[in-house]
Amino acid sequence: MLNGFWKLTWVEAKVFMREPMGFVIPLAMPVILFVLLGRSLSFGELESGSAVEVPFNLPILFALIIALQAVVSLVVIISIYREGGILKRLRATPLSPVTILSAHVFVKLAFTVVSLGLLVLAGRQFFPGAMDVQLPSFTAALLLSTLSILSLGFVIASLVPTSRFARPIVAAFLYPMIALSGLFFPIEQLPSPLQIVAWALPTTHAVALMQGIWDGSGWGAQWGSVVGLILVFGVCVGISTKVFRWE
Amino acid sequence: MPPPVISVSHLGKSYGSTVAVDDVCLEIHKGEIFGLIGPNGAGKTTTMECVEGLRKADRGTISVLGLDPRRDLAALQHRIGVQHQEAQLQKRIKVWEAIDLWSSLYPRVVDTEVLLARLGLEDKRNAKFMTLSGGQKQRLFIALAMIHDPEVLFLDELTTGLDPQARHAIWGLVKEIRERGKTVFLTTHLMEEAERLCDRVAIIDHGRLVEVGTPAELVERHCPERRVVFTSEGTDAAERLAGVPAVRSVVSEGCTHTLRGEGDDFVTHVINLIAREGIQVKGFRTEVPTLEDVFLKLTGHGVRD
Repeated sequence: MLNGFWKLTWVEAKVFMREPMGFVIPLAMPVILFVLLGRSLSFGELESGSAVEVPFNLPILFALIIALQAVVSLVVIISIYREGGILKRLRATPLSPVTILSAHVFVKLAFTVVSLGLLVLAGRQFFPGAMDVQLPSFTAALLLSTLSILSLGFVIASLVPTSRFARPIVAAFLYPMIALSGLFFPIEQLPSPLQIVAWALPTTHAVALMQGIWDGSGWGAQWGSVVGLILVFGVCVGISTKVFRWE
Repeated sequence: MPPPVISVSHLGKSYGSTVAVDDVCLEIHKGEIFGLIGPNGAGKTTTMECVEGLRKADRGTISVLGLDPRRDLAALQHRIGVQHQEAQLQKRIKVWEAIDLWSSLYPRVVDTEVLLARLGLEDKRNAKFMTLSGGQKQRLFIALAMIHDPEVLFLDELTTGLDPQARHAIWGLVKEIRERGKTVFLTTHLMEEAERLCDRVAIIDHGRLVEVGTPAELVERHCPERRVVFTSEGTDAAERLAGVPAVRSVVSEGCTHTLRGEGDDFVTHVINLIAREGIQVKGFRTEVPTLEDVFLKLTGHGVRD
């Protein structure tokens, strides 16, 4: 069945890459925005020997956007597949349900890695010196974050009624999470009920983990965020197995 | 008689407070095309999907090729092929990619080139799913359902939405499948399709099985009446035909006469008498009841209501 998994993953990747709106734009947009925004904020420019202080970490914002885009794209695809009976048809084959969904997750994670690669390449080109992060470690942090947010995406995918509403609904769910993620101001400044909400969201732990790795502290110092992401993943997978709809 | 390929007894399935299928019993034998017919929402798809193992029945037992569809689903999926109602594939998947993917899922598959050629899809190997016509899509779904050479094929509303030409082509394909010894279980709300294609049909309405039999049997049992309508300018034609054996009524409107009677010989009797009496006939047609009439009579409503 592993053969089936790779075949399905490869087919899904090819089908995804043939979608001009779904592939090229999500790939190019974060990179272009990152460069434009970085220039206007003078990100990474050396002034009196140190980089200019942008009030928040720009690469982390865009890494988070890449992760969220992957999740939005997954929810939209799942809802289209469900509506078209594609999920149901695949389930009537010997492919296991986990295999069918894992193929999509795998494609999204690969897409995330490619997006991050482009972002870092562009960053090193336009903002030399400001992007010297441990890339493998940072990629791993982004992948763990994406996986955790994807699991939340599966819960949202179960709630989305039709594919027409999938994109607005999932965007309305996910993008506000950026505001509470601790990227723009510390969580501690939030009123305490909102602090609880913030700590329950995977984006908060994702930002903390990526920020830590970016700043050069090792994984050992990030165990709290890692546990947070894994907890969210476990809870969301548990909920998804109960509420996920195949048709 | 060998045991049936599919055996369903006292199947029941509800969605919330809605009873979708109620106490359905069926037996389908090897090598036959069996049609479950009824209007949309009658419980056809639910019944079929319980038999395929895609849905869990609330009550009753099902056996397919001696297997329990829920318990032995994995084993069953290698021996049955399914096509779903109004199914789609990935918009931008190519025909050969779908065939290739499905081929990788089964240990033993047929020669896919031969399969594509037989279904008239050999020129469409590189076409994306979204560019295929309705008939081509359905033929691709038949190909995917048959790729592992299954013993039983499930076809749910196979020709819905197709034009008559594409529909006839698909009927030809399904008959070919039967000729290779496969068993076909299909659903349709098209009475013409059921009549032309199926060896036996079961009528289902509001989740309950109303009747089972060959189309001819059902017509004979429930709508035995035959009608002959002919036009003749002779004024006494109707009176001269009143003596036909088995004639029940003669209604004349101007030059048009309608004779009603029963039995297979009725039409022959009428023809013989017309010949014997030397009646000049300008127009002549027979009206034999169809499955549609049977359906109407048994359920009290049309199949499209």
